[in-house]
Amino acid sequence: MPRSFTSRRELAQHSFYPAVTLLVPLAAIVLQALLPKPIPWLAILDLPLIVTLFFAVSRRNPISGTLTGAAIGLLQDALTAQPIGVNGIAKSIIGYVVASIGLQVDVENLTTRILINFGFSLINSVLIYLINRRLLGITDFHLMWLHEFLRALLNTLVAIPLFFLLDRGRRTE
Amino acid sequence: MESFLSRFKNGLVLITVLLVQIVGLAVQVRRTVDVSAPDPHSISLMRYWVVATVAPVERFFLGFGHTIRGAWSNYADLRHVRQHNRDLEYQLAQLRIQQAAIAEDAIQGHRLQSLLAFQQHYITTTVAAQVIGTSGSDLSRIAYIDKGREEGLKPDMAVITPDGVVGKLRDVFPHTAQVLLLDDQTSGAGVLLASTRIRAILRGTPNGRLQIGNLTADSRIKPGEQVLTSGGDQVYPRGLPVGTIESIAPDPDHQPYTAIRVRAAANLSQLEEVLIITGTQTDLPQQARQDLAVGAATTEAARAAAQQAEAEATAKAAAQSAAQIVADRLPSLHDVTNPTPSLSTTPTSAPPAAIIPRPTPVLRPDRYTPGAAPPATSLTPGGHNPQPANIPRPAAAEPAKTDSEPPPQPPNN
Repeated sequence: MPRSFTSRRELAQHSFYPAVTLLVPLAAIVLQALLPKPIPWLAILDLPLIVTLFFAVSRRNPISGTLTGAAIGLLQDALTAQPIGVNGIAKSIIGYVVASIGLQVDVENLTTRILINFGFSLINSVLIYLINRRLLGITDFHLMWLHEFLRALLNTLVAIPLFFLLDRGRRTE
Repeated sequence: MESFLSRFKNGLVLITVLLVQIVGLAVQVRRTVDVSAPDPHSISLMRYWVVATVAPVERFFLGFGHTIRGAWSNYADLRHVRQHNRDLEYQLAQLRIQQAAIAEDAIQGHRLQSLLAFQQHYITTTVAAQVIGTSGSDLSRIAYIDKGREEGLKPDMAVITPDGVVGKLRDVFPHTAQVLLLDDQTSGAGVLLASTRIRAILRGTPNGRLQIGNLTADSRIKPGEQVLTSGGDQVYPRGLPVGTIESIAPDPDHQPYTAIRVRAAANLSQLEEVLIITGTQTDLPQQARQDLAVGAATTEAARAAAQQAEAEATAKAAAQSAAQIVADRLPSLHDVTNPTPSLSTTPTSAPPAAIIPRPTPVLRPDRYTPGAAPPATSLTPGGHNPQPANIPRPAAAEPAKTDSEPPPQPPNN
């Protein structure tokens, strides 16, 4: 049963084992690169975003959230043909905002987690759209709302059990 | 100042991180004229570090998966190998026939190309590679293969499958390479519509489709038309299948052009093995020349066989016609009761003179019936001569005739 209230002091105390901090983002990126090969429609999934959200809401530290988001995003960009920084910028902003929200509300509640995952998946899509259109000048880039809605839905479905799994790698100081 | 930094340190860190990345983006965009071209060295180095970290894991999982799948598929394949063999033999025979038919056109085409001094590029060498991973994003259509610079691969080499064009190499690392798929938004290729011979530029779209967007409305272009590489982009050799036209609609973003959607010939979303074209030449390769010679010889043999069969048929028809003429000239020699079907149905190659007319059979044969009398060589003058069996014997009521009786005299007229 998730807790309905946690003190601000308690919220700031969560941290992770170094192996978890290093390996979970890496595993997410590797899985993201591997899964669409046998199952092409899984390219719609964004595991690195889910991991960014998880670390941001768990650590509740905007600086940490920003840096984690930037690192994961840049690693993700390095595997694509896009200029490096597209996902980096988007996930930096998301890491910062989610961590800031984590300081204000109880993000361990299931409903909150669902809302955060769904909402920030859509925000991530909008940010990538803006970066492509405004910074890179790709005028052909369009936002397909149905596609992005499905992406957000799938991300949420995967994120909820994954969050509970990753909660086990968390240590309380 | 210190309190300002400590108070707004979160925001300052975010702004710094964003600024660094935006500057990095600006540098990349400014340097890259062709978006599908390989990255500059510094960017490529960063990609290399990430790829060098990720690729071994991908290789491990690929190898593991192949081991499991291989064990099962080997067993399954063995069960159907005979049927497959029969199917393949039949397919081979069909292909030989097709090859013979195509060879003549190919020879003619080649001759015409030489006359026009057209520079055709034929594929000479390829490197087979396995796809080990993807970019992981549906906004960037990239595949990673298990061959790289060490195997002789270079950026901008064309990547194909037996079905059609896949894309081209973008960044090449020592043991891995990045394949920019044809349906990526930064990808493009010079194409030719097969039946109308219209040249166009094919591009990928952000949603992973193939689209020709530089043609105005043309009633000759129809869905289902095949799209081939034109060779004009200096990347893909001419004549490789790209796909077929799926739909044609006005392009709302770029009037008055049409958006021609193309369905890729190769399955770009599920690639397993690909071929990288590492060498082309303007002459036909040795193997292709041999194949063409075999095809031409087969065509020649087929033509000779057809000519021989035609000559035989003509001779038979002539023989039949001559026999018919002889038969028409001798209508009384027709055997009405026992017609010889061989004359009409199975024409013979023997000359008409060899056909001997046969007399009509009689209702009541006697000693004068043709063929009833024994040959003259067997007769003894004045002696006992046997009577042929087919002559009916006299009835029992008649008095028996003795050998001493004189032979019946012919009636006196």
